[in-house]
Amino acid sequence: MSAPMKTSSQDIQDMIKSEQVTIIQRITRVQALQIVLVLLAISAVFSIMAPDAFLTVFNLRSIMMNTAIFAVLGVGATFVIITAGIDLSIGSVLVFSSVVSAMVMGNLGATGWTTSIIGLVVAIASGAAWGWLNGFLVAKAKVPAFIVTLGTMGAALGLAQVLTGGIDLYEIPTVMVDTIGFGNLFGEIPNLVVLAAVVCVIGAIILHRTRFGLTTYAVGSNPEACRRVGVKVDRQLIWIYIISGSTAGLAGWMSIAFFQQTTIGGNSMTPLTVIAGVVIGGTSLFGGIGTIFGSVIGLLIPVVLQSGFIIIGVESYWQGVVIGIFLIGAVYIDGRRRERAIRGSGRKPRRPQVGGAQVGPTEKEKEGTE
Amino acid sequence: MALLEARGIVRTYGSVVALDGADFDVEAGQVTALIGDNGAGKSTLVKILSGTENSEGGEVRLEGEWVNFNNPAAARSHGIETVFQDLALCPHLDPIENLYLNREIKRSGLLGLLGFMDRKAMRDRSVEVFTDLGATVRKLNEPVGTMSGGQKQSVAVARSAAWASKIIFFDEPTAALGVVQTANVLDLIRRVRDKGIGVVLISHSMPEVLEVADTVQVLRRGRRVATINAADSSIEELVGAMTGKLDEEAA
Repeated sequence: MSAPMKTSSQDIQDMIKSEQVTIIQRITRVQALQIVLVLLAISAVFSIMAPDAFLTVFNLRSIMMNTAIFAVLGVGATFVIITAGIDLSIGSVLVFSSVVSAMVMGNLGATGWTTSIIGLVVAIASGAAWGWLNGFLVAKAKVPAFIVTLGTMGAALGLAQVLTGGIDLYEIPTVMVDTIGFGNLFGEIPNLVVLAAVVCVIGAIILHRTRFGLTTYAVGSNPEACRRVGVKVDRQLIWIYIISGSTAGLAGWMSIAFFQQTTIGGNSMTPLTVIAGVVIGGTSLFGGIGTIFGSVIGLLIPVVLQSGFIIIGVESYWQGVVIGIFLIGAVYIDGRRRERAIRGSGRKPRRPQVGGAQVGPTEKEKEGTE
Repeated sequence: MALLEARGIVRTYGSVVALDGADFDVEAGQVTALIGDNGAGKSTLVKILSGTENSEGGEVRLEGEWVNFNNPAAARSHGIETVFQDLALCPHLDPIENLYLNREIKRSGLLGLLGFMDRKAMRDRSVEVFTDLGATVRKLNEPVGTMSGGQKQSVAVARSAAWASKIIFFDEPTAALGVVQTANVLDLIRRVRDKGIGVVLISHSMPEVLEVADTVQVLRRGRRVATINAADSSIEELVGAMTGKLDEEAA
């Protein structure tokens, strides 16, 4: 390193110049770019193998519709995973919210918009309540997120079954099914997809443009540093789990509009599908890294694979195998990236954490204490 | 009158007496080194003066006013910052975001109320701060986790310098650095001092202390045992004061 004592005007020029390329750098830094290429490659293969069936408006619409509910869940999951947390309860909270919402709407007499909107508010509120409970237990009671949300995953589904006796509810307002579930914007774009896109855009703006979003990354990156400069880490975490619960509640409402019934038995794999998609999309389980855009792409991949496999006549069970490989590959790449960053800087990393559970010693502990 | 006067500070951890009526003074525009052997109470004293821990006895006066820092925020609101040994940076955030962590500039009007940040103002001010200090931070948009130890240190120092109006505590800032980066950090410390800020340097490196400090205050077994003018001192004298050898010779 040459004479570091003084900052010449050249250095200042460099600093300013480095700012000017920031947009390009920010885009290329997103791991999602690689996953976009993977998605395009998969789509290209299916398009070539079945040009008449895969690249049709009908098929693309059904791909988008099948991704919509996952994408809404993915927004909340992205926030949570960026803080190095995990929310396993989203599938059960979806079910609970849809059950409570359907019961309220059923009691109001399931017909009009007023009932549907009340149902929406009830669904989001009951999701938010579960989210608050998760956040409180993670942030204040210091129970690892993996355990807290594993507990509420069981509890929310159990309560939904208690409320219904385990039997799905079918009394859904018809306007809700007709507009949200099967309506289209401009005659082509499903309203369900429009709603999901709006949620994703709002989520992305909050995450990437606001102070709340920046604090989310900071808390995931180094919670102790945040505390030292006075960030209210606990409060931030509670809000993030509330967001995750709320998106699960909204997804529950969208789900009953789409399926015209609650889906008590149909969401056991939902949290794993969503978390896999978010992680494939470049969000790091170790915290501090992630984008909503990446999550959406990551969630599109399993849906596209399933659709493509059905079209080209491969048993769709293979989708699970391929997604499993992608998931492990994505986490492997993330680990290598972290390793490289640490080796390149000489800084001791903080203790690796997954969902609040410590998964290894810090470098310092490996070396023995000072 | 000293900028900060601590008198008779007491702090125990169970049966261990970390500080046993320690005194400490910080002058504005001077580098005050705080030295002592392991367990002498240096870290505890700094934690109390920066609000991280509470004292059990004694009093602290800042510019003659009695103060009591229950938490780091209280110390910061009085213009006192700390550069922590582990730097307390977020590795995934860039230097600007670290500099402004929890102090982000909001946009004016409705967008500000919604939590949108004025990134341009934050960037402009950061460039100013880094330039002012001559800090060797070349890239303001890279995560600090990818930077060298010296660059990270620069970011941490600049953050404290940007917000401190009275005192900055440096807790062993050069412990993990090479020769060139150490020289760089000492230079940063001088620049902060030249701005009229009281600098407190905790260090185990006696040559470094003699190089940069104006006065040296020595802690031993939880008490201040010597205040030495660095200009006419030697490594032998400092080590002697730390270990108690000087007292024995005098006795």
